Amino acid sequence: MKVLVPVKRVVDFNVKVRVKSDGTGVETTNVKMSMNPFDEIAVEEAVRLKEAGTVTEIVAVSVGSAQSQETLRTALAIGADRAILVETAVETQPLAVAKLLKAIADKEQPGLILLGKQAIDDDSNQTGQMLAALLNWSQATFASKVKVAGANAEVTREVDGGLETLSVKLPAVITTDLRLNEPRYVTLPNIMKAKKKPLENLKPEALGVDPAPRLKTLKVQEPPKRSAGKLVKSVSELVEKLKSEAKII
Amino acid sequence: MSILVIAEHDNAALKPAVLNAIAAAAAIGGDIEVLVAGSQCSGAAQAAARVAGVKKVRVADAPHYAHGLAENLAALVVSIARDYSHILAPATSFGKNVLPRVAALLDVAQISDIIKVESPDTFVRPIYAGNALATVQSSDAIKVITVRSTGFDAVAAEGGAGAVETVAAAPDSGLSSLLGQELTKSERPELTAARVIVSGGRGMGNGENFRILEALADKLGAAVGASRAAVDSGFVPNDYQVGQTGKIVAPELYIAVGISGAIQHLAGMKDSKVIVAINKDGEAPIFQVADYGLVADLFQAVPELTSQL
Repeated sequence: MKVLVPVKRVVDFNVKVRVKSDGTGVETTNVKMSMNPFDEIAVEEAVRLKEAGTVTEIVAVSVGSAQSQETLRTALAIGADRAILVETAVETQPLAVAKLLKAIADKEQPGLILLGKQAIDDDSNQTGQMLAALLNWSQATFASKVKVAGANAEVTREVDGGLETLSVKLPAVITTDLRLNEPRYVTLPNIMKAKKKPLENLKPEALGVDPAPRLKTLKVQEPPKRSAGKLVKSVSELVEKLKSEAKII
Repeated sequence: MSILVIAEHDNAALKPAVLNAIAAAAAIGGDIEVLVAGSQCSGAAQAAARVAGVKKVRVADAPHYAHGLAENLAALVVSIARDYSHILAPATSFGKNVLPRVAALLDVAQISDIIKVESPDTFVRPIYAGNALATVQSSDAIKVITVRSTGFDAVAAEGGAGAVETVAAAPDSGLSSLLGQELTKSERPELTAARVIVSGGRGMGNGENFRILEALADKLGAAVGASRAAVDSGFVPNDYQVGQTGKIVAPELYIAVGISGAIQHLAGMKDSKVIVAINKDGEAPIFQVADYGLVADLFQAVPELTSQL
C-alpha cells in the first residue's frame, strides 16, 4: 500500500512569535522554521507502517514556498521514499491545500493519507477533514493508535470525553494526535541519503487548482497581555488573598 | 437570515458547549435553528427546543447518527445547508471533526475557533497558540464556523419554545463505524464547564500523586486538568489535557501545580479569571501569567492548601 503524507513548513514550536507592527501578520523573517510537529508524527507513523511491512511506499507532499523543500527533505530523512512540492507563493489556506492534495491523491492513488490534525501556525484543524470530504473517503481524526487490518483501519481517537475506536474503510484520511508516536531523531547518514531521494516540483496550475485564499485577513493583533501578579510567601497568605482580594473562594 | 447550529449531544441531553455556540449565533443575529442528529435523540431535541433564543429544532433520528460519525453527519448537514447563511458548531473534538467536512462539500472556507463576532461576515480568531488574534472576513455565501466556548457566555438552557421538526435522514455512507469507547468517568465537573480547575504538570512526578490534586479539587468542587507533559508521561488520560491542541478553558480560578508554563499550555488557560501557580522553580514562566504565585514544594503546599480551605 502506498501512503501519502502531507507536511507543512511552520514557525518552530519553540519560537515566541511577534505580531508585525503594521498588523498584517506575524514576523516570519529570520525566524526558525520546522516541520509542523503533528506532521512529523504522521511521517513517523508512515515509516513505522512501512517497517512493519504494511506499507510499500511513502510519498511526502508539501504545499508552499520553495523553502518547503527543506521540510520535504526532513520527511525524506525520517524515511519517506520520495517527495512532491506544490510550489506557490500565495498564502495557503486549508480548502485550497485540500484541493491540491486531492489532485495529487487522484494521480498517486494512495491507500492511506496520514497528516497532522492541525498546523501550529494558523491552528485551523481543517485540511485532513476537507481532503477526506473532497475524495469522499472515510476519515479518522486525532488518532492515538492506528492499526491497518485488511480493507479497514482501526483507529483510536482522542476525543473530549476520552478515547473512541473507529473502523474506517480504506482508502482513508487519518489525522494524528500527540500520543500516536514519538518521532525518531534524524541521523546524519539519513540526512545525506535524503538529499539523493527524488523531489518533484509542481505548480498549482498543473493540477488545475486555484490556490487563492478565500478568507481575507483584515488585521492581526497582539492579544491582551496578562500582567504577572504577586508572589505570596505561604499557603496561608495565598488562602487569605483568594478570600479577601480575589474573592474567589 | 437563518443560522444553523449543529448540536453536540449524547441523545439524551445537550453538551454545554452548544449553549456557547448558540450565543455566537445570537451575536451574528438572525433566526437560530438547531440540528439534532442522533439515534432516539428526542431528549436532546426537546432540550434544544427549550434553549433561550432557539426558533426551530430540526431532528434527524436514525441508527447511523448515534455516534456522530463525520461522514454521515456532514452529508446530512449539506442536505439542508442551502437554507442558511451561517452554519455553526462548538469547537470541541466533535465540531472540529465534522465541520471542515461540511465546509469542503459546500466549497467554502471554514472559520475555526472564533472568539468574537465583528459583523455577520467578520470574525476574530486566535492563531499561533493564541499569541496573535486574526480578524478575518469571509465572502462565501455560507459561513461555516466553529466557536470557541470561552469566547461567548452561554445562553440560558431554559426559556425558549422552539418548534421541533423532523428532517429526513440521509443514507448511511458505510464508510466508518464505531468499535468502542473508553470514556473517562468522573464525578467532578467537566473541564470546559468548571468554575474552578486544579491542573498538574510534570512536577507531579507520577499518576499516583494526582491524588493530592483530586483532594484539593474535591474541596473546591473543581475539575482536574493537566499539562501535555503530564499526559505524555501517562500520569493521566488524554482528555485531561489543557492547551493549544487540547482543551481551552477559562474558569474563575485556575490552580496550576507543578506546571512550568510552556506557550502551548498557556494558550489553553490564560483567559482564566484568576490564576494561581505553585511551583518550586521560581523562574518558571507560569509565574509571568499568574495572579498569585507560590514558590514551594507542591507536595507540602497542596495538602496544606487543602486543609486550610
